[in-house]
This record gives sequence, C-alpha cells and structure tokens, in this order.
Amino acid sequence: MTVLLIVEHDCRTIKQATYHAMTAAAQFNQAVDLLIIGKDCHTVAAMGSTLPGISKVLVADHACYEHQLPENCSVLIANLAKNYEVVLAAATTFGKNILPRVAALLDKAMLSDVIKIISPDTFVRPIYAGNVLQTVQLLESIKILTIRATAFQAVTLGESPVATMSTIDQPIQNTLSQFESVHETQSVRPELTTARVVVSGGRGLKSAEHFKMVESLADCLKGAVGASRAVVDAEWVPNDYQVGQTGKIVAPDLYIAVGISGAIQHLAGMKESKLIIAINSDPDAPIFQASDYYIVGDLFKILPELIAALQKVV
Amino acid sequence: MKILVAIKRVIDFKVSVRLKQDQSEIETNNVKMSMNPFDEIAVEEALRIKEKGLATDVIVVSIGSDACQETLRTALAMGADRAYLVRTSLTMPPLELAKILKKIAEQESPSLIMLGKQAIDSDDNQVGQMLAGLLNWPQGTFVSQLVFHETGIRVTREVDGGLETLSLKLPAVVTTDLRLNEPRYMTLPNIVQSKRKPLTLIEAETLVTCLEPRVKVLSVALSKQDRRKVRVEHVADLVQCLQQAGYL
Repeated sequence: MTVLLIVEHDCRTIKQATYHAMTAAAQFNQAVDLLIIGKDCHTVAAMGSTLPGISKVLVADHACYEHQLPENCSVLIANLAKNYEVVLAAATTFGKNILPRVAALLDKAMLSDVIKIISPDTFVRPIYAGNVLQTVQLLESIKILTIRATAFQAVTLGESPVATMSTIDQPIQNTLSQFESVHETQSVRPELTTARVVVSGGRGLKSAEHFKMVESLADCLKGAVGASRAVVDAEWVPNDYQVGQTGKIVAPDLYIAVGISGAIQHLAGMKESKLIIAINSDPDAPIFQASDYYIVGDLFKILPELIAALQKVV
Repeated sequence: MKILVAIKRVIDFKVSVRLKQDQSEIETNNVKMSMNPFDEIAVEEALRIKEKGLATDVIVVSIGSDACQETLRTALAMGADRAYLVRTSLTMPPLELAKILKKIAEQESPSLIMLGKQAIDSDDNQVGQMLAGLLNWPQGTFVSQLVFHETGIRVTREVDGGLETLSLKLPAVVTTDLRLNEPRYMTLPNIVQSKRKPLTLIEAETLVTCLEPRVKVLSVALSKQDRRKVRVEHVADLVQCLQQAGYL
C-alpha cells in the first residue's frame, strides 16, 4: 500500500506547493506515487520522476484533462485512489477544489489544511482562522488530506529520474462544465506563498497610488507583495494578493505589515512568519501584539524614509 | 427555477474564540453567534438572481440545533422565501452535511445550490464540492462573479494565480467568495414579515443514518503567539533590526 500525491501543475512546470506536500507524503514512510493529470504534460512527468522518494509517476495525459476540471478529474482520482492508503494534495485552490469531490465519490471523510502528521491516522489542523489547533484521528481506510504548504519544507528536484512512468489511459469526458478563460496575475516579484520576504499593505495606505510604496519596499527586499482584504476589496490590487484565513497563507522569514490593523482573519494568514514587523499609525492596532518589532507613526513619513534607507544599504 | 442556499450558524467573526474551562472544546455558551459570512454572500446572491426575475424561490437550509432557527430567520428577513431546519445535536462532518443537503435537493429539485466557500469555524472548505460530487453536478467554487447565459451559468473563480472563468450546465453547485457581493441589511418590516414565512423542521436521523463519526477530535488547543512586541521609535532602528536579522 502506498501514498498517492496529486501533482499541481500548469502542464509546463510543477507548482511549488506540491514540493511541500511531497515532504508530508514522505512522512508516512511508505512508497509515494505521483499522479499527473493534464494535456501534453510530459515535461511535468519528467520533472516529477526526479523527485527523491518517488516510486511511480502515473500520467493521465489526454485532451479531456486539459484544464484539470473537477467534474472528470475527481472521477479518475477516485478510481485510482482505491489502490492507496493515503491520497494527498496541497491545500491550494486546486487541491481544495478537487479532493473533497474525490472524498465524496469514495464516501470517505477527509481533512483539510493538515499542518502536522502525528501518526499515520492522527493529524493536526488549524480551525477558527488558526486560533485553535485541533488534533484529529481519521478513521478511514483511505486517508484523504490536503496539506498546508507552509507547514512542511519543500523537497528539491533530483538530477535524474528515480521513478518509473506509468500511463493511465482512462479518458473521462466532462459534459458538465467547460473552461472559458483564465486571467493570470502577472508579476515580476517572487510568488507570494513561497517568498522569503513578504511586504503587505492595508487600508492605512489610503489609496492605490500610495500602495505603490508597499511595492517599492518589497522590491528593496526582493520580496513579494501581499494585501489585506480591504485593499483587495477596494481593487487596489488583484484578488490573489490577499493574505488571510480565506486568502493565501504565508510563512516567510520576514513579514512586514504596513497600515494593516491586524484583524484575526488577516493574522491567520501570516502569523507563522519567522519575523514580523508592523508599521501603523494607530498605537492600539492589534497587529502590534502579533509582531516582533513595530513602529507607530505616519506611514507617509515612515515609508519613504525606510525605502530611502534600504536603497542605501541594499 | 428554485435556488437552495445552505447556511451555517457560527461564532461571530469578530469574537475571539476561547476554550471551555476543561479545555475539551470551544466555548459557545454566551458567545455571539451569526450566519457564516460566506453563506450570507450566498443568500444575497440568490436574492439578487431572484430579483432579476431569473429565479422563483429562494429556499434556505441549515443543519444543527434549534438555535439555527435564528440564523434561518435572518435569511428569511433578508428576503428568502422559506426555510428548512434539519435538526441534530451532533456536530456533523462535511460529508454528512453534504448527504443531508443532497436529500433536501432531491425533495426540492433546485437548479442552483449555493453555499459559502467555507465556514469560518471549522475552516474545512469541503461541503459544496462534496455535494456536487454526490449529485454529479458541475461545481463552481470560490466564485466572485456569476452570470446566467442561455445554457447555464458563467462563473469567475478566485484561484491562486488569478481568476478562472468556467461555464457550468444547470443544475450546479456554486460556493461563494468574498468579492461576489455585499450582503444587504435587514429592514424592520422584513424582520416582522420573516416571522410569518414557512420554516420546516426535519430531524436529521430521518435523512441520514449517523454511524460512528469517522473523524474523531482528540484534543483542541489555542495556538500560541510568542512575539517580542518591541516598539522601535525610528526608521534607523528598524533598518538595524533588519540588518541584525540578516536581511540586508
């Protein structure tokens, strides 16, 4: 019996979150197989086969899987899952979209956002926006889990293939839903969930124009840019910038919160960061209680000064 | 066309949760409860669809104790037409909730089932997807825009890399994200009127057989926050902190 890890990819490259989920998969001390579903995804399959600890790479490459929609992918995964004890995916919008549907097809309870594997059937997961940690035992013959990427280190790709390839020739047509388009946020900065440094801005910046200072600060530190919900709602930045309970969960080495008051929903998305610095004009902002260093004052004075100082030393 | 909306009663999002004295579970006595914010967005969207003349009935359903009637009344006061309370004293895992909702869907034959993308207490983000799987209906999760077209609906989903647009046949399951809409406030006349709207009570046991729970909670603990909370006065001090920590 083995572990099946569902690979998240765009048919060109494997998404970083999968490398983190791979570490979780290895903790079961059993063989790990990868499942790659898509169209023309042989590059991804080749990458996957070099991952240390992988025994088999299952590849379902067919036009009907091009956009990896849950209506047919979940049926395929459920068919294959019957041969496994553990089925995992990263707790991203991709994993969260597909795995519950798989679990329902198999009539199995599942766990979302696992942050710790205590034993092969006992896990820790955050609830209430991460304010409470729940230790749960999953009494199912197939354990279906989504893994919170920030809670597990990423594995690195190996040099040469270690796994065998296996073609899954099971095209399942999707007659229920149809892909129309995708609008990807373009950014030259590091990806938010894997960046070493994240600088996030909140309502305190007052306008989209002022928010650019957050971007400049991030660029000084070669970091990613995040935002509070208020800023995304105001459309100063795209939706995928949102850090929080229901947005992105980040845990960088350094998190700088600028003009963010620190609602529990925001803290849920960043409180595992190693070092947290907060800048806010409100001396009672709750974010200070969640920070290592903080500075109280006018953002419009502090930020330009900080950016100038950093540009000198970096 | 009917729309079924599933709503959950949760601890209000502004309340900071605490544990019971024996640390066994989360304290819910004398704590402010509200409708799960994502579900409120689902109710609002269903009402807007009805107001555009695209739906005839908005039916809300909640699963839980008698106290959920209050949450259902809120939805009725917002404008929903009628309500179901599926009564149980158990905390049901997502799969059981999805099975119950499937039964209600079979009774009502809605064209659209809407739910919040996740409940802010258990943070599972599972029920909508499970329900879609059980019904073999298409699913649109984390939806920030929904429009009707000739053969179904077009949904825009908030995904990690940006936005994805799908076309779904009806009937379908849609789970709502924050930016879909801003829920309305209840007006006094509507609150009064909502008391006369039908609310049907069903015992959960009559819909699903609750076997031994397959997810066993062993313990809960508040997550700790050990932060230094050092206030610095000048930007230069901040730069020094960053230098010491090795970022510069």
